[in-house]
Order: sequence, then structure tokens, then C-alpha cells
Amino acid sequence: MRTIQTEEITESIREMCIEANHFLSPDMCRVFEKAVSEEQSPLGRRILGQLKENLQIAGDDKIPICQDTGMAVVFMRIGQDVHIEGGSLREAVDEGVRRGYEEGYLRKSVVGDPIERVNTKDNTPAVLHTEIVDGERIEITVAPKGFGSENMSRIFMLKPADGIEGVKEAILTAVRDAGPNACPPMVVGVGIGGTFEKCALMAKHALTRDLNEESPVPYVQDLEKEMLQKINRLGIGPGGLGGTVTALAVNIETYPTHIAGLPVAVNICCHVNRHARRVL
Amino acid sequence: MTEKRVSVPAGRSEMSALKAGDYVLLTGTIYTARDAAHKRMQEAMDAGEKLPFDIRDQVIYYMGPSPAREGRPIGSAGPTTASRMDKYTPALLDMGLGAMIGKGKRSQAVKEAIVRNGSVYFAAVGGAGAILSKRILSNEVIAYDDLGTEAIRKLTVQDFPVIVVIDSQGNDLYETAVKEYKTI
Repeated sequence: MRTIQTEEITESIREMCIEANHFLSPDMCRVFEKAVSEEQSPLGRRILGQLKENLQIAGDDKIPICQDTGMAVVFMRIGQDVHIEGGSLREAVDEGVRRGYEEGYLRKSVVGDPIERVNTKDNTPAVLHTEIVDGERIEITVAPKGFGSENMSRIFMLKPADGIEGVKEAILTAVRDAGPNACPPMVVGVGIGGTFEKCALMAKHALTRDLNEESPVPYVQDLEKEMLQKINRLGIGPGGLGGTVTALAVNIETYPTHIAGLPVAVNICCHVNRHARRVL
Repeated sequence: MTEKRVSVPAGRSEMSALKAGDYVLLTGTIYTARDAAHKRMQEAMDAGEKLPFDIRDQVIYYMGPSPAREGRPIGSAGPTTASRMDKYTPALLDMGLGAMIGKGKRSQAVKEAIVRNGSVYFAAVGGAGAILSKRILSNEVIAYDDLGTEAIRKLTVQDFPVIVVIDSQGNDLYETAVKEYKTI
């Protein structure tokens, strides 16, 4: 049994909210470099050049990469041998978001009720996903999610007979419809299988996977590569103004599903695919 | 790629001379408004009240900034998705709005209103909020302060980079440019 204080969780989340909104992870920077060298359209190259300069200014001058600093999505993998002390975990997470968004000059983009729409003024609550795992550590991933791309995300409840071709068509449909609205070049997170909600959660989680890591499942590896090629032939390009780099990566997660179903969720992320991860 | 410099606000004749695909640097005064401010402006119009600023020939930027650090006029300041404003836009264009800056596709009704009024829709690069922040020299909230980031702001901009997406002839760069690179 290991004890972790809630204050340590709060402080980590505070720091990760600020870090993720000012610096992209090294894997994102690498795919960006590749995109700049591969883009065929002159305007597309000019836009990618602007985005690279934007990243530099964000880090140097501490201006968030994007003004939509997102709703804070927090994934926690909590070891079953951890004892959390010092108050409620939920409150510790929200306090970290509150401090991070205030002290980091981040935009408060959360409304307290989807219909009444009054801003909570501190970007809380976070969207918190917890999972109990083996061990005595806590892994925290903070992924601020902007809504230009979130709004273009889709879920498809396919039939088993639709098979892998149906999955490919669903992914292409979501990306095609997203077009310029999702701030391409995009990162495409896909969940295949599970139930309605499990599938959507996998698509979101897939966005936090290191873009240089491949799926451990051989056919999924191939599917990721094939879909990236296909998406980049759609012509959407940087800023949606035409080009050969529409997506930077396609990350897919899968899970067992029911004999009657084939759920597919596509969570679109813009080129500002933010995530920070720490292990306590 | 044609690059042009335009002082804003500009007259209709100058706006209608711009062509889809032009790369334009704007210098002058523009106003911000996004979802909540548009809703309030619509409610004001419905009630027969005046808008918080005279929109004739002005440029509206669909943007809600992040907070400014000490010594800076504004925080990160990139465009938001324009289609959420589509419902309100034709009426504003018919009242004289000169141009809009946003990102993403517009509805057919908005396109028709752009053509009817000789206006223009610009895109700024989505997700380039830090670089765009550097082109904003001053920022003053002029209405709906209670809306926070969604308040209406008067901005002074210098060499603010935008691309003409929909011009006064109804050409739409999102459609034409994508076709050029589509191979599937």
C-alpha cells in the first residue's frame, strides 16, 4: 500500500494544463516536421510554416498555442494498491484545472449547463476518466480538447456485415465532413468495437497515444497506415485550403464487441493535439 | 499567390475586388463577436434596438481570446468555426457588414448574402492563436462585458494575415482548392 496526497495530484494537473497548452509533445513536433517536407501545395506549405512559427512563439512568449485552450480531459490509471489521502479525488482534479487555467492565463471555455450556458469562469469541471489497474502508482494524462474539432467527431453503429470496408468508409466520411472546420492537418483517433460509450472513449484515448508508436495489433497497424494515406488523398490540406497533408496521424484502439455490433467512433483532433502525462 | 494589403474598415468596392485565394494583410480596426454576442445582437435587432457598434463596412472577427498576460494587449487570438454564426450572418450583411474573419465552411444562405452585398469571407489560420496575437496592437471591450471571452472587442491590427475564401462572385476556395489536390 502506498499513500498519495491529493495535493500532489492537484499540483501535477495544474502544471500539466499549463504545459500542454504551450508546448506540443516531441512526437507531435516530429510529425509536424514531416508534414512541412511533404506538403505539395504552396499555400499549404505557407500555412504549415505559420503553424511552426506559432509553436515557437507560444513556447517563447508564453502565449497558448490556440486560444481555445479546451475542456480539460483527464485520464487517471490508479493502481489498486494506492491509498489517496487529503480529501476527494474529484475535487483535487478540479482544483488542479482551476489553478492551471487561472495561473496559466488559459481561456475559460466551460459552461455549467449545456442549455442554460453560464460560464463556470474557472474551466471546471474536468471530464475525468478513471481506471483501476495493478500496482501502486497513478498515471495521469491531461488532454485539453478544443471544440472546433470535437464538434466534427462522429460515432457509427455499423453492422457486422459492414466489416473492415465499412470501418474505412466511416473514418473517411468523418474526416471528409470535418474538412476545414476541424483545423487540419488533423490527428484522427478511432475506436472500433466495445459498446457505444466504450468505443467513443477509445477514440478519445487513442489521441493521447505517442504518434510514433504503432498499434500492437498487426491488422490495426496496417489499417492505421492505409487510412493515413487515404485521408491525405482527400485534398483537404492544411487549413482546409487544399493540399496533400490532411492528417498527421491515425491512431486506432480496438476492444471485443457483441455478436450483433460493430461500433466505430472517430474523434477528430486539430493539429494542436495536446497531452501531458505523468506517473506519481 | 497574390498578396494584398487592405486598410480596414474598407469600402464595399475594395472588398468586392478581392478574389478567393488572395493572401491579404489587414491593418486597422476590426471587431470580435462569436456565438453569444451574435445571439445578443440578433435579440437587439428583433427588439428594434441599436447594435452596440455601427457595423457598416466593418469587419467582424469570430474570435474569443485567452486572457492577456501583463504588458500584452491580448492572449492567444485565433479564429473560431464560422458556421455557428451562419444563422445570424445574412441579416448583418444586409445591414452593411463589410467582411468576416473565421475558419471553416459557410452555408448557402451566407454565400448568397456575401454575393448580394459585395462582401467577403476571410479565413485566418485555425490554431495559430499565438502568431495572430502578435498582430493585434490593442484590445478594448466595447459591449457585453459580462460575456467574458465572448464580449465584443474593438481590436487594432497590423498586417493581420488572412486568406479570401468566399469572394463577392461566390467563389469558394474550400471547394476549388480541395478539388485540385483530391486523388481519391
